[in-house]
Amino acid sequence: MVQQQAALLRPETLVDEFKKNGVTHVVTIPDSETNYLYELMKEQPWLDIVPTSREGETFAVALGLTVGGKVLVCVIQNTGMMESGDSIRGMALDAGFPLVMLIGYRGWTRHGVVTDSAARYTETFLHAMGINYYLVEQEDDASRISVAFEEAKATSRPVAVLIGDEYHGFNRT
Amino acid sequence: MFDSADMFRAFQPHRGKSIVLVTGTSGRDWGDISEDKSRDLTLQGAMGQTNSATLGFALAQPNEKVVLFDSEGSLQMNLGVLATIAGKKPKNLFHFLMDNECYATTGGQPVPNASEINYAGMAREAGYAATYEFDNLEDFTNNIEAIMKQEGPVFVAMKMVPKVENEPIGRRVRRPQRPRAETIRVLQAELGITVA
Repeated sequence: MVQQQAALLRPETLVDEFKKNGVTHVVTIPDSETNYLYELMKEQPWLDIVPTSREGETFAVALGLTVGGKVLVCVIQNTGMMESGDSIRGMALDAGFPLVMLIGYRGWTRHGVVTDSAARYTETFLHAMGINYYLVEQEDDASRISVAFEEAKATSRPVAVLIGDEYHGFNRT
Repeated sequence: MFDSADMFRAFQPHRGKSIVLVTGTSGRDWGDISEDKSRDLTLQGAMGQTNSATLGFALAQPNEKVVLFDSEGSLQMNLGVLATIAGKKPKNLFHFLMDNECYATTGGQPVPNASEINYAGMAREAGYAATYEFDNLEDFTNNIEAIMKQEGPVFVAMKMVPKVENEPIGRRVRRPQRPRAETIRVLQAELGITVA
């Protein structure tokens, strides 16, 4: 029997999803495994990147952009998401606007034991904040990003997309 | 040091059609002085983050002049925003800092290195297009017209008289403030913005 290998999630697919959902701005702190995604985003003439100094800032910048009529996505790592607790509360949940956040799922694995506490607390954190989320690990999962955008729009709430594939497709040289 | 209400009265004639945001204890005076409430915006909601939210709005509306009256306690919680703002170079952003050297709302305890820190110096070295410092009303009044004609991002540090609140929260007389959602709704209608 031939076992088909799942296709790795391509950064191009993410960028396509952004375009499909009308994203104008990416508010981000790059993490160590996403340099190719960052370079790819920079090449898109329709996309403006807003680099922040600390992850908590991303949700505040996001609120300002949203109030100003733009469509954005926050791209940060799970460690930074946890650092952003008060900002997520006050600038995202309480504000009542749609927001999609792509979260690099550092430490995630579906094989063996998760040893990285960053991964161990990621979903617990989202549960505590009452934020729904979708796991994207491979190319076939990418359509969940559009699902997240639709849900955020329908509920006027933040929705998270956990990128569980950060150690493969995003850091090409 | 000068009084925040006097400072706002000196600013008001030069506001034009600017969108104005405020933070901190000193910022509360603006509500009594503003003559165009449809262009006053509140984006408070998380500690030290109004400045980052203001940047987001300025980037979304590059043709509108956006003026933030920040407080030093707030800025100290989010100093990285100086680099974030300088990096995006929003020409329409005016970042005023009301520095009363203390947490006025919690009884007047000093902020870290309250009297020696140089915020304008930090903004200048971070890469703001222009920076100013004022410790008296006369100099501020004489310069505000020229400042508002500058290309941003502009940073203006001002030494403000602290208005310390030391009553227990439950006994304080609250000045009515417009809710954040209302200011957003009114401003979006004014500018014809729809949330996508």
